[in-house]
Amino acid sequence: MMDREFKRIILLDHYNNPNNKKLVEDERYKSVHNASESCIDDLTVYMLAQDGVIKDLQFSGIGCTISTASTDIMCDLLKNKTFDEARNILANYSNMVADKPFDEDVLEEANAFDTLYQQANRIKCGTIGIHAIEELIDEYTK
Amino acid sequence: MFDVNEVRKDFPMIQNNKDLIYFDSGATSFKPKCVIDAVMDYYTLYNSNIHRGDYDISVKVSKEYDDTRKTIARFIGADDPRCIVFTSGSTSALNLVAYNFGNSFLKQGDVILTSQVEHASNILPWFKAAEKAKAKIEYVPLNADATFDLKKYEDCFAQGNIKVVVLPHVSNVMGYIYPVKKIAEIAHAHGALVSIDGAQGVPHVKVDVKDLDIDFLSFSSHKMLGPAGAGVLYGKYDLLDRMEPLMYGGDSNARFYNDGTIILKGVPEKFESGTPCIEGVLGMNEAARYLMDLGMENVEEYGRYLTRYFIEKLEKLDNVEIYNPRSEAGIVSFNLKGIFAQDAASYFNKCGVALRSGTHCAKLIHNIINVTESLRATFNVYNTTEEIDRFVEIIRDTTIEKCVDSIL
Repeated sequence: MMDREFKRIILLDHYNNPNNKKLVEDERYKSVHNASESCIDDLTVYMLAQDGVIKDLQFSGIGCTISTASTDIMCDLLKNKTFDEARNILANYSNMVADKPFDEDVLEEANAFDTLYQQANRIKCGTIGIHAIEELIDEYTK
Repeated sequence: MFDVNEVRKDFPMIQNNKDLIYFDSGATSFKPKCVIDAVMDYYTLYNSNIHRGDYDISVKVSKEYDDTRKTIARFIGADDPRCIVFTSGSTSALNLVAYNFGNSFLKQGDVILTSQVEHASNILPWFKAAEKAKAKIEYVPLNADATFDLKKYEDCFAQGNIKVVVLPHVSNVMGYIYPVKKIAEIAHAHGALVSIDGAQGVPHVKVDVKDLDIDFLSFSSHKMLGPAGAGVLYGKYDLLDRMEPLMYGGDSNARFYNDGTIILKGVPEKFESGTPCIEGVLGMNEAARYLMDLGMENVEEYGRYLTRYFIEKLEKLDNVEIYNPRSEAGIVSFNLKGIFAQDAASYFNKCGVALRSGTHCAKLIHNIINVTESLRATFNVYNTTEEIDRFVEIIRDTTIEKCVDSIL
């Protein structure tokens, strides 16, 4: 378990200075747009993959601290992972925010969201970018 | 002026939630006990359908249902109770008007004049009406602070094709009271009709449809202390008479024949097919009476007082940006600098304050005030300056760290 102080630092760092937030206009990337129906979160995630490996992940749009930080952390986490590895990480993340058993070793900084399940109205913030990434993998592997 | 502490005693939600500060009455208001009792009485004492039974309890409920038209007519200053059509709320009332314009009142090239502050319910039905009639939607240019400028409005009529003006009485994001009487006067001088969205106006501002001389007014029960599921379309009689219902079915027809002929009842019954939300209408009756007992002048004055009080306190804080500093009608839109609206709203929830964040169903207005999302605090007759003081102290001490902590 991360302590609260550490989680706060991680979240605010990814919110204030995201590593992967930029508008991508490169045609080699696939993109998925995901907007919340009930709040303002409105993100587009871009993926470049080759030979079953995620080469790059970026995102753009408008989001709260949770949607921005969770998407940015996941972009960091999944770069250079195979689709199978990525699917395993995403499944563990989904379990974590649903308060189901998960493997914290594979989630690294995403463990900062290990109590998000307690905030019913914010779970959608913590999954909006994540669902877009899942769709992108499906898109690549269909 | 009424005593707010006495008013608070009338609201079970306040008595049962002592630690909650509810600043989201713009979404839906609390209900006084008399309204809740009216709903309960119907279900426990004379549950029966309206206009259908030859027995005492049905006669009683029919009478109370029809008497509600008289109460509502008195509440909004209409002479003729037949001009009060019961709907399921503002949305269905607004749709009923727009549908008729799209279907028959408008023709190709006509213009629907509206504004970018509209709630989705008062713009999307008009998009469909425009599509159907091949009419055009145009927007009144507003001032930079989204206030209404009568001169700019009047200039819109120079082109001559405007057939209907669609505006709110009170904007649900900005809380500005529109000069509806002048708006109607100018529209009528140019041969246009006026449909006013009263969802945020009727609960907070004294309305007299005769004095304002508007053609249509739509509003919901649930924002004016009444139950959800009921609402009103007021319309001038001759216009309602020319309109078609959105739905056909029982109670709205007088006769029908196997060749497809339908003889509808008159106004307003022809618009009210099927068993309506009877308890909602009966509760709305009590809500209107309750507001008239408080006096709508007082309700309006108290709303203005709370709004000014909150804005003056906010203006003294350096971590707040206010978007409608001239608001009058119980609506304040603002943000905390550097904090995303939903992050702040979630933190306020932790502190016991309920308010709205987001675009507030008026997704075009942010083109004008230039922010993508905001917080919206909305007040009603049961809110107090003490609640505002407590909230202002919370805002003063709010940091992004505290907002993030609320989910950790």
